[in-house]
Amino acid sequence: MAKRIDASNVTAYYGAFKAIEDINLTVEPKTVTALIGPSGCGKSTFLRSINRMHEVLPGARVEGSLTIDGQDIYDRDVDVTAVRRMIGMVFQRPNPFPTMSIFDNVVAGLRLNGVKKKSVLAESAEKALRSANLWDEVKDRLGKPGAGLSGGQQQRLCIARTIAVEPQVVLMDEPCSALDPISTLAIEDLMFQLKDKFTIIIVTHNMQQAARVSDRTAFFSIEKTGDPGRLIEYDNTQKIFSNPSVKKTEDYITGRFG
Amino acid sequence: MTTSTLTSHRPRPPAQPATLRTRRLPRWVAPAIGVAALLIAAAVVYGAGIGGPVLVVVLGALLYLAGLFAAANAVEGRRSARNRTWSALIHSAFVLAVLPLASVVWTLVSKGAERLDGNFFGTSMNNIGARDANGGAYHAIIGTLEQVGIATLITVPLGLLCAIYVVEYGRGRFAFAIRFFVDVMTGIPSIVTGLFVLAFWVLVVSPVFNDGRPGFSGFAAALALSVLMLPTVVRSTEEMLRLVPAPLREGAYALGVPKWKTILRVVLPTALPGIVTGVMLAIARAAGETAPVLLVAGGGAAINFNPFENNQSSLALFVYQQAGDASKYAPARAWTAALTLVALVLVLTIAAKLLARRNRLGR
Repeated sequence: MAKRIDASNVTAYYGAFKAIEDINLTVEPKTVTALIGPSGCGKSTFLRSINRMHEVLPGARVEGSLTIDGQDIYDRDVDVTAVRRMIGMVFQRPNPFPTMSIFDNVVAGLRLNGVKKKSVLAESAEKALRSANLWDEVKDRLGKPGAGLSGGQQQRLCIARTIAVEPQVVLMDEPCSALDPISTLAIEDLMFQLKDKFTIIIVTHNMQQAARVSDRTAFFSIEKTGDPGRLIEYDNTQKIFSNPSVKKTEDYITGRFG
Repeated sequence: MTTSTLTSHRPRPPAQPATLRTRRLPRWVAPAIGVAALLIAAAVVYGAGIGGPVLVVVLGALLYLAGLFAAANAVEGRRSARNRTWSALIHSAFVLAVLPLASVVWTLVSKGAERLDGNFFGTSMNNIGARDANGGAYHAIIGTLEQVGIATLITVPLGLLCAIYVVEYGRGRFAFAIRFFVDVMTGIPSIVTGLFVLAFWVLVVSPVFNDGRPGFSGFAAALALSVLMLPTVVRSTEEMLRLVPAPLREGAYALGVPKWKTILRVVLPTALPGIVTGVMLAIARAAGETAPVLLVAGGGAAINFNPFENNQSSLALFVYQQAGDASKYAPARAWTAALTLVALVLVLTIAAKLLARRNRLGR
């Protein structure tokens, strides 16, 4: 089910400002890929251009080619909602829908895309909540508001919401940055399990996290403020963290830069 | 300024107090100052014969503030004295703001109670002469409900869609122009909207449906009221939609939900309580308008259920007419109608708030 993502010469703009330039990388199916790099280097921008969330902001646009199993997601004939259904996204801060209960939050993607049958919704909700390791904590209060959960639970609720629509790829934009170490561990465990079914791309500022969870790591950087971000090195995580081939990568992961 | 003055004025950290405790005024002092201030004020005012109880209270309040500051300054120190004085000023501002409101409610209830009977709510003013003690506002209540109801039916969908356009879709000059003209519309006096509907609807359009004769109608009043309500609804809805956090929209987009459905199912429900408040403010304003109804519905003494034909009255217009009537029974009717209008708006507001809350989940 999981799919391969190919980026070639991806350049993204916010209005006149060029945020990333000429990104080339291939993400293999059923792997976890970590994007690391200093703040403002464009890793989030690149992540958001993979499911066409970048263009939500006024004036933002993407050039180059991004394909998922050979299909260009920026093709004129491509329906943007279909792309986003195939490539789900978890955000930095948990954003459960405040007017919806826990159950409604999990099935929001299905329900808003036209699934009405109660039995299907109930089944998908349980499956997604179990996959997100949240089922046991919320099964007795599915009717309560999602905003009443703790931060870590809310983030897992958002992950459950994302995987309930059964995407092929899950993008995570610093999913643990607002969470405590225990919730972070729960989400990292979750990524290991989700890897069996999904392709995962995660942006993180936490180098240990990148080393723990990812198979491949991409290091992004900028020359100076105002320059576009570039991909400096992309390799197996072990190689990047033990023996990087570019000096800049080594400086960054050993803490001598950024 | 030279360097030397700069260095000499370098801020120094305040001296550290040796102890955290300070001397406090005993609890009885503040009320005692209040009583003393009132007594002195009464002695001065009545002694000099320059005024009544109102002046006593005003002078007493000023004396109280001065006395409190002096006492606190002497015992507790300057910071505490300022704190006490400002607290007292803020409390008096609150009392000043609430006084007129309480006075209005009290006046309405006490004067409106006289005609608060079944006859008032069950009859119209048809065939009620100057010497008749009976007569009621049944026709006016019907008029208000129908006119405001129709105006709300016109305004709410239009206003919501307009606000959604401006916030979610509008780009560039056109959206800017809409926002600008909505702001301009907010300032249109109600009599002007009445004249507009009179010139446009009553004199030009209504003859088409009415065998060539122009006709007053409750519907024309509803049109004028909706022109008044529209900017309020658009502006308040716009503000509420802007308050919905962007991550919520992005969360829905990321699930592959189309934009229109995101707006309908995520953005609007989140903003709903605020939107309801805005709509209720607009309804309250429209229900209290007299001039447009007088101009285009004409008023009338008889019961008329049909808003599309013939004259209709409204509660606000009824109050205006009864208040200016020569009959000795008219003022009582005006007061009761005013009380009814306020109660009606209050009930509608409470009902709408309860409805909006029911859509939210209990914590």
